[in-house]
Amino acid sequence: MERDDLIVNDSYALNSHHSETEGAAIRKNVWKVTAILTFLTTVEVLMGIVFKRSETFTWSMIKWSFVILTLVKAAYIVLVFMHLGDERPNLKKVVLAPYMLFIGYLLFIAISEGFGHLGNSTLLY
Amino acid sequence: MGGEATKSISKEELWGGGQSPFSVSYGKMMMWYFLVSDALTFGGLLTAYGFVRASSPDAWPIGEQVFRSLPGLNGEYPLIYVALMTFILIVSSVTMVLAVESGHRNDKSGVVKWLGLTVIGGIIFLGSQAWEWSHFIHGSGGSYLLAENVTVTADDGQVFVMNKGDAIYMDHHFGHLAEPWMEGSPIITLEDSDHGVKLVQTGEHNHEAELHSLTVNKYIENESHVSGDEAMKLWNARSESFCFGANMHDNEYAVQQSYANFFFFITGFHGFHVFSGVVINIIIFFMAYRGVFERRKHYEMVEKIGLYWHFVDLVWVFVFTFFYLI
Repeated sequence: MERDDLIVNDSYALNSHHSETEGAAIRKNVWKVTAILTFLTTVEVLMGIVFKRSETFTWSMIKWSFVILTLVKAAYIVLVFMHLGDERPNLKKVVLAPYMLFIGYLLFIAISEGFGHLGNSTLLY
Repeated sequence: MGGEATKSISKEELWGGGQSPFSVSYGKMMMWYFLVSDALTFGGLLTAYGFVRASSPDAWPIGEQVFRSLPGLNGEYPLIYVALMTFILIVSSVTMVLAVESGHRNDKSGVVKWLGLTVIGGIIFLGSQAWEWSHFIHGSGGSYLLAENVTVTADDGQVFVMNKGDAIYMDHHFGHLAEPWMEGSPIITLEDSDHGVKLVQTGEHNHEAELHSLTVNKYIENESHVSGDEAMKLWNARSESFCFGANMHDNEYAVQQSYANFFFFITGFHGFHVFSGVVINIIIFFMAYRGVFERRKHYEMVEKIGLYWHFVDLVWVFVFTFFYLI
């Protein structure tokens, strides 16, 4: 019996061939992203060396900028290097949405409920 | 890079069956699913790290004071080594993108060249991590805990009220002899010297190290050095509890053993990913070299292992921020 649950055209790889000119444009973009990632890492390290950990407002701003810079770097890696940005929107959603949902929930539960046993919810801040 | 993915296809056609609505092959789809689940594992680990750190009543070590050595050099280089490791991993990620890009043009020699460089980058990263682990495990000079409260004046004039149980750090030379001495080595003795005490090693090699200065708050705040008679006050108040470097039970960096445990587990788990990535890269390298993908007429396998390799880089970006920077 012929199976009808198989995807016939499984060789999508053959569809993603590109020409020399397209290749040159992609390579140019790759080097641009490399420069951005290197620059952001350098900025992070310099900030880490210059500013010492403390209880001040400045340090909490520094801390949040570390998080933001990291997310920017992550976005570049995922969207350009892993070229998720060039995939179909539904693949993007299928990859990103469950992850954000679960990690968001984990962070929420750790921050909101996790400190209950200590009887002091202000410890986090 | 998308090819088919960027073509506009009507919804009915896309979901009508007979083709992948994502316009990707089964293998690539499954690689993405695997990466999502693996990313959840790392997300969970880093969340656990942040949680334990935030709920710890004792001060947590500062990254730039724990990780500030470079191989073969004296002096302090805060975070430079880790930044270098990050850079190596980013560069090897770039060579991987270029290998994938060459694959899309069916350029075999390009794939072989860039994939080879990626393997080399991965091996350099693993070697760097091995050095860092070794440095972390051996420590710098070791520490001991105080048996009673002591008030000392540091060299810079600051007065420190040290409590029972606080850690005091020895310098590299003294700590080097203090470790076997604490473990009961018969050839090392503690003697009085002109300025205080010294440890003397007799036997095949003669060594001695004088107690010049001790360090307080080494990893948790801005450190201060204490020398002379003030250092002797700290030395005389020592307990039997010495600690050198880090292992599964003890670490000199923090009161919390969870600090060392998270270091070993998170960077170790990541390092294991890098290791398996390098092994798979080597296999794909030889397959590309032998023309397997050329006969197959596409290099999608390079693209799939490329996704995994970028993921390893992605995880390191987060480990770098949350473990070393913050």
